[in-house]
Amino acid sequence: MNTITDILATMDYGTAPEDSAIVRDWLKKNEAGFGHFIDGAFTAPGETFEVRSPASGELLASVTQGSDEDVDIAVKAARAGQPGWASLPGHERARYLYAIARHVQQHARFLAVLESLDNGKPIRESRDADVPLVARHFYHHAGWAEIMEDELPGTTPHGVCGQIIPWNFPLLMLAWKVAPALAAGNTVVLKPAEYTPLTALAFAEIAAEVGLPKGVLNIVTGDGRTGAAIVAHDGLDKIAFTGSTEVGRRIRRETAGTGKSLTLELGGKSPFVVFADADLDAAVEGVADAIWFNAGQVCCAGARVLVAESVAKRFEDLLEKRMRQLRVGDPLDKNTDMGAIVHPVQLERIRGLVEKGVAEGAELVQGTAPEGCFFPPTIAMKVEPASTLATEEIFGPVATVTTFRTPEDAVALANNTRYGLAASIWSENVNLCLDIAAQVKAGVVWVNCTNVFDAGAGFGGYRESGFGREGGREGMMAYLAHPKPKARKPEASPAVPVGQPGEALPGAGAWIDRTAKFYIGGKQARPDSGYSYPVQGASGPVGLAGLGNRKDIRNAVEAAHKAKGWGKATGHNRAQVLYYLAENLSARASEFADRLVSFGAGKSAAQAEVDTAIRRTFWYAAQADKFDGAVHQTKSAHVTLAMHEPLGVIGIACPTAQPLLGFVSLVLPAIAMGNAVVAIPSQSHPLAATDLYQVLDTSDLPGGVVNIVAGERDAMARTLAEHDDVAGIWYFGTKNGGRMIEEASAGNLKQSWVEDGAARDWLSKDGQGRGFLHRATQIKNIWVPYGE
Amino acid sequence: MTTAALPDQPESLPNHARNLGTPLDAVMFEGHAVNRSAAERRAASLTTRRSVKKTHQAAWLVNAIRCIDLTTLAGDDTEGRVQRLCAKARQPIAPRIMDGLGIAEMGLTTGAVCVYPTMVPHAVKALRGTGIPVASVATGFPAGLMPLHLRLEEIRWTVDQGAHEIDIVITREHVLKADWPALYDEVAAMREACGDAHLKAILATGDIATLRNVYSASMVAMQAGADFIKTSTGKEGVNATLPVSLTMVRALRDYGDATGHRVGFKPAGGMKSAKDALAWQYLMKEELGNDWLQPDLFRLGASSMLGDIERQLEHHVTGRYAAAHRHSLA
Repeated sequence: MNTITDILATMDYGTAPEDSAIVRDWLKKNEAGFGHFIDGAFTAPGETFEVRSPASGELLASVTQGSDEDVDIAVKAARAGQPGWASLPGHERARYLYAIARHVQQHARFLAVLESLDNGKPIRESRDADVPLVARHFYHHAGWAEIMEDELPGTTPHGVCGQIIPWNFPLLMLAWKVAPALAAGNTVVLKPAEYTPLTALAFAEIAAEVGLPKGVLNIVTGDGRTGAAIVAHDGLDKIAFTGSTEVGRRIRRETAGTGKSLTLELGGKSPFVVFADADLDAAVEGVADAIWFNAGQVCCAGARVLVAESVAKRFEDLLEKRMRQLRVGDPLDKNTDMGAIVHPVQLERIRGLVEKGVAEGAELVQGTAPEGCFFPPTIAMKVEPASTLATEEIFGPVATVTTFRTPEDAVALANNTRYGLAASIWSENVNLCLDIAAQVKAGVVWVNCTNVFDAGAGFGGYRESGFGREGGREGMMAYLAHPKPKARKPEASPAVPVGQPGEALPGAGAWIDRTAKFYIGGKQARPDSGYSYPVQGASGPVGLAGLGNRKDIRNAVEAAHKAKGWGKATGHNRAQVLYYLAENLSARASEFADRLVSFGAGKSAAQAEVDTAIRRTFWYAAQADKFDGAVHQTKSAHVTLAMHEPLGVIGIACPTAQPLLGFVSLVLPAIAMGNAVVAIPSQSHPLAATDLYQVLDTSDLPGGVVNIVAGERDAMARTLAEHDDVAGIWYFGTKNGGRMIEEASAGNLKQSWVEDGAARDWLSKDGQGRGFLHRATQIKNIWVPYGE
Repeated sequence: MTTAALPDQPESLPNHARNLGTPLDAVMFEGHAVNRSAAERRAASLTTRRSVKKTHQAAWLVNAIRCIDLTTLAGDDTEGRVQRLCAKARQPIAPRIMDGLGIAEMGLTTGAVCVYPTMVPHAVKALRGTGIPVASVATGFPAGLMPLHLRLEEIRWTVDQGAHEIDIVITREHVLKADWPALYDEVAAMREACGDAHLKAILATGDIATLRNVYSASMVAMQAGADFIKTSTGKEGVNATLPVSLTMVRALRDYGDATGHRVGFKPAGGMKSAKDALAWQYLMKEELGNDWLQPDLFRLGASSMLGDIERQLEHHVTGRYAAAHRHSLA
C-alpha cells in the first residue's frame, strides 16, 4: 500500500498509465481479422498472421497476408483511380489532404495509443513526435497540392506508386510516403511492415472517413513476400522503399531495366560528434534523443558517438549518469523513456551484435530493462572503427563511444562508413560546426541538436543510405517526373570496336599522324590495353581511338578523386573556367565542325552541333553560381539550410549520336555543379570528345575534373557502375545496357540515371535544363538552431 | 558580524555541512558552454517525460508544500498581513484535507516564510515554537544598488531580528561587466555578515539574461559561500524559468562534483500552479536526485502556488473540483 507518507520517503514517480480502452474496443470489433483496404473498402480477411504487442506479447489482431493476386487487384484499383485523381484541380487534392491532416489530429490519441501498443514505443513519443509529425506532413503536402502547378511547373506525377514502409515509425513513414505521392497526383499501393500494420489500417479508415476517392489509397498487408510482389508488379511506375540497405539493394536489382522510378531510404550508422567546446550536458541529452529515442530503432540514430579526447572522461561520466535516469518499460506508461523492442527477432539480433562486440573487446555500461522484449540502454566503450559495433547498424539502444583528437580526425572517423544518412555536430563554435557540416557525408546534418524533423525539409541519405528525399520541395521531386523524352527508334548497339589494324585512313601521309589518347588526371594517357580501334566515318575509317579497359577506368576514377578542390571552388570560379572553355571551343569551332562532318554529319548539322555545344557551355557556366539551395521554413529559431552538393565522382556513358553535343550536354552540368567525371564518349565517334581535351587543357580546367576513356561503352560503364568509389552513373545507351547499369549500381547504391541514348535530340531544349543539375547534385539539409 | 545564537533553531535547516566556499576560480566557469536551444529542449521534455498521478501526485504536491518559501514582498505588507501568512505557513492546508490524505500527524508546514527585513520581527513572533524558519530578503532588495556597507549592515540587522535565512541580491553590474572578483568579494562579505544564518544568493537571472552569465554567476556565488542559489527577486521582467533553473542546477552539480559541497536551489517568481510545483520537482529529481527534493536543498519561492496546490489536494481527497474561497487565505 502506497500511502502518501511512504511516497514522501521515496519520491517515486509511480505509474501514469495511458488508458487504452477505446483502442482495445476497436481491436475487439475487428477481432475476426483485418482485410486489405483496396478501392475504397476493406476486403474480407484472407489467410492471416498474428500481430502482437511486443511489450506484453498479447495478441492484438489478425491481419491478412497479401498474396500476389491481392497486390494485383490493389494495383489495378490504383491504376483505375489515378487519372481521375491526377486530373483533379490541385485545390481539390489539397482539400482531401487537409481533411486527412485534420482527422489525424482529431484521432490523435487513438492513433498514438494504437501505435504504442503495436510498436512498443513509449506513448510520450507516439503522442508528442509521431502523430503530430504525421498531421504536419499532411498539412504541408496539402499545400504542395494547392500550389504545385505554379511552383513545380513542367512536372507530372509518376502514376501508380508502390510503397513499402518499415516498422519503426509505422504511421509516420506512411505519411512521409503517402502525403507527397497523393499531393503530386499519384495513387498508391502501400504495404506496412508485418510487425506493425495496425495504424496503417486505422489510417485507411480515416481515408474512408474523409471520403478520399476510391483507388487513391490502397493498403495491402503482409510480410516480405507481399513486398516482393509489389516490387515485381509491372503495373507500377514508381517504387518507394524505406528499410534495410540489404533489401534496398535487392529492390534496386529487381527493378533494374523496368523503367520504374525508385527512391530508397535505407540504413545508417550516423556519427554524433562532440567537440571540446560543446555544451556537454546538451550533447549528453542529445545522445539520449539520438540513440535512446524509439529504443534506437531509428535509421538516422546518432549511434557512433565521437568525442574529443580532451573532454571524453567528463562526457562519459555525464552520459552514464543520464543513462541511469532512463526508465524502460510499459510503453503506455507516460513515465516510460524507452519501450519495447519491436519484435523478439529484433531483440535477438541486437543481443547477437552486442555479444559479438563484447567478444571483440567492447566494454558495456548498461541501464536496466524489464524481462521480456526489452533491451537496456547501452553505452559501448572501447569500440574501434573496425569492430562490429562501429560498422553494423544495430537498430537498438546501443551507442558506441570513440575518441578523436582533431577536427580532421573527427571528419575522418565520421565519414568512415558506407552509410551517409545523418550526422550530429556539437560545438559552440559556429565556424567549426559549419566546417564539419560541409565535410561530413550525410543528407541531414544537425548542429547542436539531433533527430529534429519537419515536413518542410528534405530527409534522405548519401551513399548506401539510399537516394531521394522525403519532405520539402526536394521531397516533392521524388514523386514528380520531368516529362521523359521518348525515342522514335531506340538506340542500336554500336558496332563492337575491333582493335586491329585495317583500312587506310583518309589523307594518310598528307599530314603528320595524330594520335587520339585518353585524358586522365589532366594528362594524355595511352590505353592500358595497348590496342586501338578504327573510328568509322561516312565512308570508311577516319581515325583511330584507344581501346579502353577496366584498368583505364580505375585510373580515371582515382584521378577524378584527386580533383578535390573543384567541388570546393566557388561557383564563380567554376563559371570562369567554363566560360573560358566556351571561348576556346568557339575559337576552334570550324575544326570541330570538320570533325563531325568527317563522321558523316551534314555541314549545317555539324555547325549547329558545335554552336549548340558552345551555347550550352555558356548556359552551364551561368548556372554554376546560381543553382543554389534554399532556407527551408521549418521550426521556430532554426535555420534549415538545404545545400546543393555535388555527388562526387560521376561516371558518364555518352550516347552514340551527336558525339560532341551529347558529351558536352552531360559532362558540363556535372562539372558545373562541382563533380568530377569519368566520361566514356560516343563509342562509334569518340574522336569528337578526345579532340576536346586540348580545349579542356587550355581552359584552366584542373586535372582530373574531366577524364575521358574511349572504347566499348557497356563494358566500361559496367566497371563504373560496379565501382564502389563512384557516386553516380549516367548511362545513355541501349535498353539492355540500361538494365545492366541499374543492376550493377546496386553494389554501393549509387545514383543511376539511365535513358535510351536516342531519346533526346541534344540540339533541342531537351538537351539542357535544371533537370540535369538536379541529377548532378544531392541536397544536404543542415539544421542550425539559434538563441542565446 | 553577529555571532548570536539563532533563536528557535528550526528543524528544517540544513542537515549537512554548509558550503564553505572556495577561492575564486574562473577556470570552473569561464568558457563553460551553455547552449540555449538545447536547454530549452531539455526543459520542455522534462514535463513530457515525467508525470505523477493519483496518490503519487498528492504526495509530490505535499512535498512541494514542505519546500515552499511562503512569501510576501509587497510595499503594503503589515504586521497583520505577515501574521496571516505565518498562520498559513503553520497550517498550509485545511485539516479536513490533511485527514483525507492520511497525513494529519505529519505536522506539515511550508519550508519557510519569506518577508522584508522590517517584517522579520512580526514573523519571528508569529512562528515562535513552530520550527518554521524565517527568511528575509536583504541587501537593498530588489535592485541592490546601495552602498555595500549599508547592505552588510542590513544583513546584520535582519539576522539580529531573528531571521534564519537571508536572500541577498547580487550587483548585476558585476555580472554584466564580467567583474568576477567584485562579485565574489561582495557575496563573500555578505556570507560573513550572515554568520550562522544561511545565505541565498539571488542572481536576478532575468537581468543577467544569458545562460552563460547565469552559469558563471551561479559558480561565483557558490565559490563565495552561498548556501543556496536563487533565480529571481520576483520583480524582474522574467523570473524563474525551467531553462534558467536547469542551468543553475547543473552549475550546482558541477560545483558539488568539484568541491564536495552541497548547495541548495530556489526558483522564485512566476511559479503559480501545482503543475509548476511538479515541473520543478521533476527537474530536481532528474538532474540531482532525491536529496534535492528536501527543504534543506530545495525551496520554491512562491505565494499563490500554495492555493492551487491546496485546491488540487482537495480534489484528490473529495473527487470534486475545489473552490479557493473554501480555503483559508495566505
